Amino acid sequence: MKDVRADFPILARGVGGRPLVYLDSAATSQKPRVVIEAEARFYREANANVHRGLYALSVGATELYEGARRKVAAFIGAAPEEVIFTRGTTESLNALAYSLGEARVGPGDEILVTVMEHHANLVPWQLLAQRKGARLLAVGITPEGELDLEEFKRKLSSRTRIVAVTHVSNVLGTVNPIPEISRMAHAVGATVVVDAAQSVPHMAVRVEELGCDFLAFSGHKMLGPTGIGVLWGKRELLEELPPFLTGGEMIREVWIDRATWNDPPYKFEAGTPPIAQAVGLGAAVDYLAELGMDEVRRHEEELVALALEGLLARDYVEVYGPVDPDARGGVVAFNLRGIHPHDVATLLDQEGIAIRAGHHCAQPLHRLLGVPASCRVSVYVYNTADEVKLFLEALDRVWESLGG
Amino acid sequence: MSPYEDLIIDHWRNPRNKGTLPDPDVDVTEANVPCGDVLRLQLKVRDGVAEDVRFDGRGCAISMASASLLTEMIKGKKLEELREMREEDLLDALGGVIKPRLKCALLPYRTLRKALQALGVRERSGSP
Repeated sequence: MKDVRADFPILARGVGGRPLVYLDSAATSQKPRVVIEAEARFYREANANVHRGLYALSVGATELYEGARRKVAAFIGAAPEEVIFTRGTTESLNALAYSLGEARVGPGDEILVTVMEHHANLVPWQLLAQRKGARLLAVGITPEGELDLEEFKRKLSSRTRIVAVTHVSNVLGTVNPIPEISRMAHAVGATVVVDAAQSVPHMAVRVEELGCDFLAFSGHKMLGPTGIGVLWGKRELLEELPPFLTGGEMIREVWIDRATWNDPPYKFEAGTPPIAQAVGLGAAVDYLAELGMDEVRRHEEELVALALEGLLARDYVEVYGPVDPDARGGVVAFNLRGIHPHDVATLLDQEGIAIRAGHHCAQPLHRLLGVPASCRVSVYVYNTADEVKLFLEALDRVWESLGG
Repeated sequence: MSPYEDLIIDHWRNPRNKGTLPDPDVDVTEANVPCGDVLRLQLKVRDGVAEDVRFDGRGCAISMASASLLTEMIKGKKLEELREMREEDLLDALGGVIKPRLKCALLPYRTLRKALQALGVRERSGSP
């Protein structure tokens, strides 16, 4: 892939006199100048509230906001009216658990999740199950760190109302076979919800190919601003579901004792939306589309292969998840024998290398792996093979000072 | 300041007073749940003096080195003196700790306060 580092102003800054080696894009990505500028330009030149004003400035702002929606929709192969802007993946999933739960889940029904879910795609379903007297079941993983599809088949039944699964695990990196999962889930009449926070930023995603019913992702993990995310849903489902927040543009008619709703996606966008953030996300999508998502994926696979190879070659390192880079997204989680991940992160930080250490909002998975926490490196378009090598060499120094 | 002064590396590699006592007067455990750090602290008390002390646990280098150092600081001290010990005393002895890791460094301090409470030693004057 072409060198894009010059497009990201933050990469020019140092950390304690050293260049910044940013290996935490799975937490949040850095932003290219075009995104920063798009958001700033909106405030400088185009700011007004959307959908309401009858004056030129508001019409222009609305056009920019809706233009962003069209860009995001095209990016995932969806129709614009199926793209709801939210605050992020977490809000998308929480809101959906509420609406879908109201419409589709009752006592004795089952909700099927996996042990590799981020808390944001687990806890909302826990609460829903408690509210409705439904049962929550979780599918485990194989020793290789892949979803146990046999267990999935066993746990899927005519009682299953919802299957909620991550596309790419934010710890194991595992890419789950969503098309297959969707087929099996639909065969029993279940609705399929996909957490795509770690996939949409890193690979070409077409909702039709996935076959799912809902897809959630965040803007800030895909070069866009914070405060903007997406919930995509099939049109007929969005028409059926009740709204989760009320007031503002989601309203059609209101009387003192009742109200009716606007059409999707507006039905699910109560209050003034994150307009500038949507415009920024639109610029991010343009930038990624220009790079080409297949190219992004190829670049990350190269870096992940390099990181995996280096980590697996070090006998003091334990790596979690599939060893085949093809079966993974852009994250690699690991531990140094007998060393707490926080120590690893702190020592790497001394060399300007930013990695994540903790449970990555996936406590059940860590319990299953038998560790309280793990280190995680994650890569994106601006990372280089040299940075991965720097990281691996620095890891040897961490081991030298604390290990053995 | 490096977060891993030689002192921390030394206490991490060669922990002092690590293990368990056969007949402790107090035996308490504290944890930093999100990190998985767990610390057990035991004291043998005679005539109001912490005559012997042991710690055991698992966690990051900072929490474990801090625990080791704390046992050195408290062994042979009067409980009255331990009551007056402040967080800063431990942090200063460690040579300073970077902000994101304060919780790790202070786990042993919290464990000591729990031990003193279990022994019926009243909180020091003026503390919340």
